[in-house]
Amino acid sequence: MDWFILQLLNGLDKGSAYALIALGLTLIFGTLGVVNFAHGALFMIGAFCAVTLSRLLSLSHQVVDETRTDFLGNPLKVDVPYAYDIFGETMGAAIIDWAVPLSILFAIPVMILIGVVMERGLIKHFYKRPHADQILVTFGLAIVLQEVIKYYYGANPIPTPAPSAFTGSFDFGAILGFEPGSIIYPYWRIIYFGFAAVIIGAVFAFLQFTTFGMVVRAGMADRETVGLLGINIDKRFTIMFGLAAAVAGLAGVMYTPINSPNYHMGMDFLVLSFVVVVVGGMGSLPGAVLAGFLLGILESFASMREVIDIIPGINQVIIYLVAIIILLTRPRGLMGRKGVMED
Amino acid sequence: MFGLQKQDAKLLLIVIGLTMLAPFILNPFPESSGWAQFNAGYPDLMQRFVIFGIFAIGFNILFGLTGYLSFGHAAFLGIGSYAAMWMFKLFGMNVLPALGLSVVMSGLFAVLIGYVSLRRSGIYFSILTLAFAMMSYALAYSVLATDMDGPDKQGLLQKGLTGGETGLQLTLSDPRILGQQATDDGNLPVPSFFGLEMRSATELSVGDWVFTFSVGYYFSAVVMLIAFYLSIRIFRSPFGMMLRAIKSNQQRLNYTGLNPKPYTLAAFVISGMYAGLAGGLMASMDPLAGPERMFWTASGEVVLMTILGGAGTLIGPVLGAGAIKYMENILSKINSDILHTWFAFLPDGLEDFVVAIIYPFIGKGWHLTLGLIFMAVVIFLPGGIVEGGRRIGSMFKGRAKKTDAASGGKTVAPGQDPAE
Repeated sequence: MDWFILQLLNGLDKGSAYALIALGLTLIFGTLGVVNFAHGALFMIGAFCAVTLSRLLSLSHQVVDETRTDFLGNPLKVDVPYAYDIFGETMGAAIIDWAVPLSILFAIPVMILIGVVMERGLIKHFYKRPHADQILVTFGLAIVLQEVIKYYYGANPIPTPAPSAFTGSFDFGAILGFEPGSIIYPYWRIIYFGFAAVIIGAVFAFLQFTTFGMVVRAGMADRETVGLLGINIDKRFTIMFGLAAAVAGLAGVMYTPINSPNYHMGMDFLVLSFVVVVVGGMGSLPGAVLAGFLLGILESFASMREVIDIIPGINQVIIYLVAIIILLTRPRGLMGRKGVMED
Repeated sequence: MFGLQKQDAKLLLIVIGLTMLAPFILNPFPESSGWAQFNAGYPDLMQRFVIFGIFAIGFNILFGLTGYLSFGHAAFLGIGSYAAMWMFKLFGMNVLPALGLSVVMSGLFAVLIGYVSLRRSGIYFSILTLAFAMMSYALAYSVLATDMDGPDKQGLLQKGLTGGETGLQLTLSDPRILGQQATDDGNLPVPSFFGLEMRSATELSVGDWVFTFSVGYYFSAVVMLIAFYLSIRIFRSPFGMMLRAIKSNQQRLNYTGLNPKPYTLAAFVISGMYAGLAGGLMASMDPLAGPERMFWTASGEVVLMTILGGAGTLIGPVLGAGAIKYMENILSKINSDILHTWFAFLPDGLEDFVVAIIYPFIGKGWHLTLGLIFMAVVIFLPGGIVEGGRRIGSMFKGRAKKTDAASGGKTVAPGQDPAE
């Protein structure tokens, strides 16, 4: 039983990332009807928001420390981050340590801005064009964003650690009554899952319980009628695009301690997230979340040694295999609605 | 001529002329001049021009005619390469049987993948093909690379069917029942076409110019011309018209009592075979096949080529393939020193400024330029290079207004050549 719980937990963090990206993709598709191939790039930019902030916070200047000398006998020069000067030593150190969670605050406005600019500047002109054109232009945009990041941050992964309070692991085995040490799970992954759950819950609550969300849902169902009622639905959809970008960006921010961000991480996730969206059903928000967790967990179970010994390589292909089977048996995915993307 | 209309025959003749004279045309700058780095007339790059040209021509038959956007065409490229390699390993170094097996194998896989994927259209089709290609990649990378040969570790399959990460390579112990296992001096044999080695080349020096004529290039070029000729015939055939009908309105086609499935499947298989042929040629030029040829970026590349050149036009994909491969090889070679020598005539501060602005777009950053050009093409010039050329041409003729109106609708009247 302990192996089962362990694999379930292992699947949750990857599933959370899939679910968050797929949720954003579905939001964009459901509201604007655009297939956004640059969504993975938004995830990546989010991750680099965390990198940027942690670099900004640890910007430092040199101070000569008279009390200590280096090996030549000269006074030692010490790097002192500006944060220490502003907030004092203990507070400054804590702020640098907590750079990744703090990046959430930094990433939200940045991502919303990027999303809105992207929608107004580019995507807007592609509503009436075929889906193939939308895929192509966002694919081009993804290449551009990726290359810009590569130019400024280099091609190597940049380690961005979690706050030291969360670096350890949690021993689920002891709590659940199994052998201690049988289920060990890093703290940060628990946090990532919790964070994803909160974000997903917030998005659903926002759509379900606010007037703004109600109008957006009405627009998703029948854009023209909502427009005829005198509501500026375009503006609301633009905001939703910014929101979807923020969701992808936050998924990226929190993912940095799990995997050091590099410039092509977005594309790696995008391909799988599209599979997730299609499995969940184009345009269905619950479907995207469900399929995200489902495929993440399935992938985790398929990577077990026992399973690989029976069917070699299954961990590499399981997601695609499931996607093919589901698309052929349930053409609209798990929870797809009728009439979405069927022309 | 060749059963083509006059316009098409003219196009074909021009393409034949250009490919045959390519070693001259692509080498316009003398060796000693600073511009020599822009010469593209070396065999390796020219071979890539024509091989990716074949790949893009095939992709265009599917995407340009039927509008089905496949994001997994690289799978067939990889399958073609592996098939050719196995032919080299088992039978001999003649490229003809190798290419034959490449085409047949990729065709078989295309039937299988196409039959399943074509049950859906639109983005679902794209995702299905992507899923199949990524599965092939993952399998070639890991599973098919495990030893299937028993404990001695010496046999043919000691690195599996695909050789995994390092790829499939020739070894001296391969059987090659119809050829020699090793050359007389103990080296690996080279792929050849009835004795004509692909690698051999002759050089011709005229003054300061050096022109290289390689067997590999001319062989690939002839294959490309045949492939191009076939694609013209397909474009002009009733079958081609059916494919266009599928693109413009599949529902109406259904109502006329026609079943579009066999037609789309045929187009898919044909374009898969073209990709396999390109893959086989790649392995023939450089006997090596690796799984990265199947990765989704390779599929994305052929999409870029086709769109950049002009989807649905005859010559567009070849131009697109040439443009991208040229950029990849030449643009990426420029570094900041070269930029500084170019702009040396400017005042110092201005020179540094200009170089600093241009620098991100060249060298390792050439992908950025590619992405920007690609976006610009999709936004402003959906017809690609071909449409751009047509617009410029009509501007010179002073009929800009008229053709702008005509090219607004992208449909082409029957019998009309969209490439002209």
